Amino acid sequence: MYDETGNKPGWQSLPRGGVIKRPGSASAYETGEWRLEKPVYNTEHCIQCFLCWVYCPDSAIDVRDGKVIGVDYYHCKGCGICVQECPRTGRALDMVPEGDNK
Amino acid sequence: MVQTALEKQSGSGKGTALSGNEAIALAIRQVNPDVVAAYPITPQTDIVQYVAQFVADGQVDAEFLGVESEHSAMSACIGACAAGARTVTATSSQGLAYMWETLHIASGMRLPIVMAVVNRALSSPLNIHCDHSDSMGARDTGWIQIYSSNVQEAYDNFIQAIKVAEDPEVMLPVMVCMDGFLVSHSLENLQIIPDEEISSFLISTRDQSGLLFQPVTFGAMDLQDYYFEHRRQIIAAMETAKGVLLRTGKSFKDLTGRAYGLLSGYRIDDAEIAVVVIGSLSGSVQVVIDELRSEGIKAGMVNLRVFRPFPVREVASALSRCRAVAVLDRSDSLSTGGGPLFIDVRSALYAGPESRGAERPVIVNYVYGLGGRLVSLDDIRRVFEELKRVVSSGHTTRLINYLGVRE
Amino acid sequence: MGHIKELAGKEGLFTGGHRLCAGCGIPVVVRQFLAVTEHPVIVAAGTGCLQVASAIYPYTAWRTGFIHSAFANTASTISGVEAAYKALKRKGLTDKEFHFIAIAGDGGTYDIGLQALSGMLERGHRVVYICNDNEGYMNTGVQASSATPLGADTTTTPVGARSKGKERERKDIIGIVLAHNVPYVAQVSPAHWHDLTSKAKKALKTEGPSFINSLTPCPRGWRSETHISMELCRLAVDTCYWPLFEVEEGVWRLNYRPRIKRPLADYLRTQARFKHLFLPENKDILENLQASVDRQWEQILKLCDGN
Repeated sequence: MYDETGNKPGWQSLPRGGVIKRPGSASAYETGEWRLEKPVYNTEHCIQCFLCWVYCPDSAIDVRDGKVIGVDYYHCKGCGICVQECPRTGRALDMVPEGDNK
Repeated sequence: MVQTALEKQSGSGKGTALSGNEAIALAIRQVNPDVVAAYPITPQTDIVQYVAQFVADGQVDAEFLGVESEHSAMSACIGACAAGARTVTATSSQGLAYMWETLHIASGMRLPIVMAVVNRALSSPLNIHCDHSDSMGARDTGWIQIYSSNVQEAYDNFIQAIKVAEDPEVMLPVMVCMDGFLVSHSLENLQIIPDEEISSFLISTRDQSGLLFQPVTFGAMDLQDYYFEHRRQIIAAMETAKGVLLRTGKSFKDLTGRAYGLLSGYRIDDAEIAVVVIGSLSGSVQVVIDELRSEGIKAGMVNLRVFRPFPVREVASALSRCRAVAVLDRSDSLSTGGGPLFIDVRSALYAGPESRGAERPVIVNYVYGLGGRLVSLDDIRRVFEELKRVVSSGHTTRLINYLGVRE
Repeated sequence: MGHIKELAGKEGLFTGGHRLCAGCGIPVVVRQFLAVTEHPVIVAAGTGCLQVASAIYPYTAWRTGFIHSAFANTASTISGVEAAYKALKRKGLTDKEFHFIAIAGDGGTYDIGLQALSGMLERGHRVVYICNDNEGYMNTGVQASSATPLGADTTTTPVGARSKGKERERKDIIGIVLAHNVPYVAQVSPAHWHDLTSKAKKALKTEGPSFINSLTPCPRGWRSETHISMELCRLAVDTCYWPLFEVEEGVWRLNYRPRIKRPLADYLRTQARFKHLFLPENKDILENLQASVDRQWEQILKLCDGN
């Protein structure tokens, strides 16, 4: 939302009425830095039940070609719901302190 | 042209005797709205009834929402207009007050909603008669405000308001105000414009930037980094609206022969003393001015049609040659600083470099007609008497005066 | 679990990057609901957590059409949108089908927006109205609403020397909505995603207004741990505090009957807003709450009468 010079646009170049014309533009906003703990995904133990996807408040479970492939750390806030709800908790998904590169 | 029950009942074709409310209802039918969301309130009520009947009779293809409050009326108008519909409504007094937060939202979202406001006093005490407290209380909501002196003006203004509101350079909501009972319930001979002429006068396409056409977000939170810019845009649109109002008035004159500007002057060009008014009082003032002129007194009047945006330059220029001016307010700001029209007119006389060092007229304020208190021709004569006295003495005895109140 | 994978295959209509708190139940409800939509969607939301966190200029988490106007007018705003659609469709200015969804919190539904909701229901707009019921004014800092349960400690019903939390029971919003004779009403929880999405589909297909009340955990306001938000919902359902039912054309149906009805205390203990109720001197409040849940559960069983 910055112009090429890095400045925010002035009133003359903004769309009128505070209308946001780019659907889903929030995906460019990072909320991952809120995390104190992070869920770590291990594909070997994942049974592809998708419960983490259905319960994630932050749309932060990455799915590709019909499979869960990991966690979107750009958006994950580290609430831990996915780990709590995972039938293979501690294996397919485990909670570790942020900064721990396990 | 589709003949409505209303037109049949009162004769046919051009030159039909209609009340202000009937004329507005007719205009609503003729501008072909998509959505009308409204709630009844005296003295606006019959506008709502007539429109409901037009919809029931298939004479206008609109969704009529008889909502459960004025707050919801304006909220539904906001939703409809944001979706991309031509949206109109009408209200009065407490109804307008009840809409207050949503009025700002309509203008902030830049939605060209057009609303007839039938001016009525505000509670408390409860009063159903005319004054301008309601719309004057909404003067800083970002709505364009056009005032009408009679039934014909109310009708003409409503039609022009649609074109002004929807102008891509404006995109602001408009209130078309007329005096409760004094205009809303007065029968006048109305020059009706044929339907097809109105549809070619107005913008025929619907704006395609609304929710039904694009997955856009309206009403996001706007913090310190953007809010100011979006408010600044509204001010720019208001400034642009002055030109669009004039342009629209000109094309309306081409269509009907009836001229509309931001204000109208009556014998103002060489006037030494003048009054500034809004609304239906202008008729009585003209009568008094004609009398005074026959006595050789150079009296004149400025009748303000557009109060928002405020025509600062035009007001200043119209009054610049006067020696004394009385501003007649049909409401009071209750600030002890005078009525809202007075405050803005006086401020306008100080505007711009051309006013620097210039001799300004002495200015006084008369608050009149609150709660429908009648104003007699004698009352108006007294105002001009005072202006004559001011001219000869060079000063006022009292800046703010109350016309027709018992002491 | 074929169903869930299909939903995950579609592009999400509510993106990450919104700023709702970690562990908030609102986006879980929203994501599940939007996942089963079949047409373009227009959402109206009332002022509150969801709105202020999902659309902060120039960012929007919505890939749908979205409008927020004010706090009290979610239902009337969406009424206008739906009316515009009817008019423009009739005039040939749009040929698409749409889903119209209103989303508000309990403050915007039970309290300040109740009149607008009533108007929308009575006028019969084809709108799905979702109430994210987190039992209080959470966005402004956990004040009590008329959805706040008896005994809860909030910032306007604080526990103190002379107060034991909220003194009155919560309002029966389902009863109020049903009094409008609307075609579809349901109560859901995001932990029961299959139930929620089935009801969402029914609501989206309803000709006329439908109302969905969702228990929506708020870790900040309930003072619960973020990772147990879904578990809290299960406890609420298994204690019969939050029964899952639906009312179709006036016919009640119970969608889930716990095998063992757990004591309410199991649910309350998970949230510090109820902590004081476990003091010996507040035993009577706890008993009253349990009795109230039992009474309502019996009523619902009767209303559902084997359905």
